[in-house]
Amino acid sequence: MMTHLTRDPISVDSLLAEVHSVERGGTCVFLGTVRDDDDVTGIEYSVYDDMALAEIARMLDEARGRWPETRLALQHRVGFIPVGEASIVIAAAAPHRDAAFAACRYVIEEVKKRLPIWKKELHADGSATWVDPSGKPVAGGLRDR
Amino acid sequence: MAQVTVRFFARYAELTGCESAAVRVSDNSATVRDVLDRVRETVPGARSLPARPLAALNLRQVKLDARVSDGDEVALLPPLAGG
Repeated sequence: MMTHLTRDPISVDSLLAEVHSVERGGTCVFLGTVRDDDDVTGIEYSVYDDMALAEIARMLDEARGRWPETRLALQHRVGFIPVGEASIVIAAAAPHRDAAFAACRYVIEEVKKRLPIWKKELHADGSATWVDPSGKPVAGGLRDR
Repeated sequence: MAQVTVRFFARYAELTGCESAAVRVSDNSATVRDVLDRVRETVPGARSLPARPLAALNLRQVKLDARVSDGDEVALLPPLAGG
């Protein structure tokens, strides 16, 4: 099985191959890519590896518990990721589409709440800003999101 | 006394200028909050950490009143931005 964290470009085909089976007729893929915002050239992702791997294992187990016939694969890329390339891919395959969509949605929402991963946006002028998705004002040049 | 390893990530690692530190706290009834107080006293730059940062104990998010033991790993986590 592939590792859940990688510093290389993510292969969607590899994740699809991991969940594919003839019994599962519905496959849902979520792809998160680095957005071109405010002269952003890319994002540097940093990670607390041990905890991220433990959290991914727990959230995939939870999803498999709720949708037992669903097969799931997830890979998060870390390090520098240029605009337009994927930072995360989640694939969920189930006998029918409802479970595939629900499991995929569950996992990405838990990723947002629980994965110890941080983003620093790198701008064309050479400046860099930490991204705070909570939107709370934080001193030190954090950009609210 | 209990020795606890504290890890700093992303912006908090920049504020403290380090990725980890070892602190000692009382070994009965010490909490993550006590560890945070010791970090503020002993790690340069740690006074700039928020009053109530997100924290993890042994790879799980916890509240600041969670009890710590000798050998535990506490991590102070800036707002999460995965995905």
